[in-house]
Amino acid sequence: MKPEIRIRTHDFDLFYGAHHALKSVSLEVPANSVTAIIGPSGCGKSTLLRSFNRMNDLIPGVRVRGRVELSGLDVYAPGTDVVELRRHVGMVFQRANPFPKSIFENVAYGLRLLGVNRRAELEARVETSLRRAALWEEVRDRLGRSALALSGGQQQRLCIARALAVEPEVVLMDEPASALDPTATARVEELVLELKSRYTIVVVTHNMQQAARISDTTAFMMVGELVEVGETRSLFTRPRQKLTEDYITGRFG
Amino acid sequence: MPQAQPEPGRERVLRPLHTGRPALRRRVWDACFVGASGLSAFVVMVPLALVVWHLLAKGLPELNLDFFLHLPKPVGETGGGMANAIVGTLILVGIATLIAVPVGVGAGVWLAEFGRGRLAAAVRYTADVMSGIPSIVVGVAVYGLVVVPMGRFSALAGGVALALLMLPTIIRSTEEVVRLVPRSYREAALALGAPRWRTTQDVVIPAASAGIVTSCLLALARASGETAPLLFTALGNRFWSLRVDQPMASMPVFIYDYARAPYDDWNRQAWTGALVLMLLVTLLSALVRLTTRRAPRP
Ligand SMILES: Nc1ncnc2c1ncn2[C@@H]1O[C@H](COP(=O)(O)OP(=O)(O)O)[C@@H](O)[C@H]1O
Ligand SMILES: [Mg+2]
Repeated sequence: MKPEIRIRTHDFDLFYGAHHALKSVSLEVPANSVTAIIGPSGCGKSTLLRSFNRMNDLIPGVRVRGRVELSGLDVYAPGTDVVELRRHVGMVFQRANPFPKSIFENVAYGLRLLGVNRRAELEARVETSLRRAALWEEVRDRLGRSALALSGGQQQRLCIARALAVEPEVVLMDEPASALDPTATARVEELVLELKSRYTIVVVTHNMQQAARISDTTAFMMVGELVEVGETRSLFTRPRQKLTEDYITGRFG
Repeated sequence: MPQAQPEPGRERVLRPLHTGRPALRRRVWDACFVGASGLSAFVVMVPLALVVWHLLAKGLPELNLDFFLHLPKPVGETGGGMANAIVGTLILVGIATLIAVPVGVGAGVWLAEFGRGRLAAAVRYTADVMSGIPSIVVGVAVYGLVVVPMGRFSALAGGVALALLMLPTIIRSTEEVVRLVPRSYREAALALGAPRWRTTQDVVIPAASAGIVTSCLLALARASGETAPLLFTALGNRFWSLRVDQPMASMPVFIYDYARAPYDDWNRQAWTGALVLMLLVTLLSALVRLTTRRAPRP
């Protein structure tokens, strides 16, 4: 049985002004699994990830060509409601970026945007999200305290909880553990594995071991091109491309 | 990637270390420089200390509760106070704040978050030009624009004049502090599906609030001591009046009138008025420091 495809890009190009950052990328992201994007720094991993929820729109001078589809819908079609799109595609950033508000308000914010304002409902959904992000036990008795008082690892899990609260279909993570210590990194990795039954997860990482540990599918990029994509284990053990082999054996990058 | 190897035979050659005269010269220059800048720092302190000392020496003797509670007495009678001028200044500054803060903060936020192109450049340029207009000119302009059509001097006209003086400061410093809000906050909100305006309202403005409050208080402190723009607008009033469509007393104008008057006790009261005004402005500045310390900028 062919797996359901959640995100599909077809011959997708992106330019920052004159800089051709993504070159004819065609990628399929299967639903309810973890897809890792790896590649040397500056190859366009973040750019590709941010194309899925159109975060690149915020940068002046960005042009795109080709198609990105979310569950079959054209993300860059002229009539697309970007705000609606982003509610379906959550994002976690490289540096944890909780709002300078309370822990509770951080998670509740997305719900408030959706018009949820009843205290009881907010509380229930904040708790669910914090539990899913494996943070509930650590913060349950200090939900009113500032999120900025949490440790880096806790802040990053809070950002994950914040993204989960609005029940997105896809969660995009851009090097979510690169600023964390090994223990916190391990917790985030565990969390990704727990979340994949419910969400489609795309995670950018420059850490190949991490990609091998947590992903089902791996995509390898270089200088704006998608070099190879495949089932994670076979990509790491039997790469089809010479470039991939060179990269995963540490010959460059 | 190949490692960058230093080319052989091109190691850096250290020039022989100089000792003696150049080192001495450098040290002398050093001392001169530190001395000169220290002296300038001291020179800055002197006028301030003189002003404070003078105000205290001349103003304290007449300072008592009556001064805050009573109206000015008619010529010839002793005593009395400037209660109406104190309240008047609070009302005038209040009116100015009601006008300048929403407009100024709004414009500053717009410049920082949305302002692009010619319109933004025009707004910035206008604010810069406005901050350079002498306050007496603002007074004359408001005289023409508000006082003449209304047919009389009024607190409203005074408030408008002070607001015009506050606006440029508020606009430009609000723009600056809003720009300081990290992009990551905006991205976090937008990625959750927040429209631009909600991102600004819910995340950016709260994060910049301490800085915005500071800039408003600074503008307010400046405006509360302005005299010239009030002479043509709020005028002054020797009686108790809370009506915004009537002339209104204010501390700076009270000081101005009393200092010029040919009566000794009025002159003494002018000193006391100056002292009270300075205390008020100092209080405002202290408030500024407090808000900035309480809620540090992001
Ligand atoms: N805002 C931007 N403006 C212009 N060029 C950018 C911008 N962001 C990224 N780039 C360029 O696009 C390329 C890909 O960047 P990025 O997607 O961040 O790479 P990666 O995440 O793989 O390290 C790089 O060459 C980078 O310099
Ligand atoms: Mg990146």
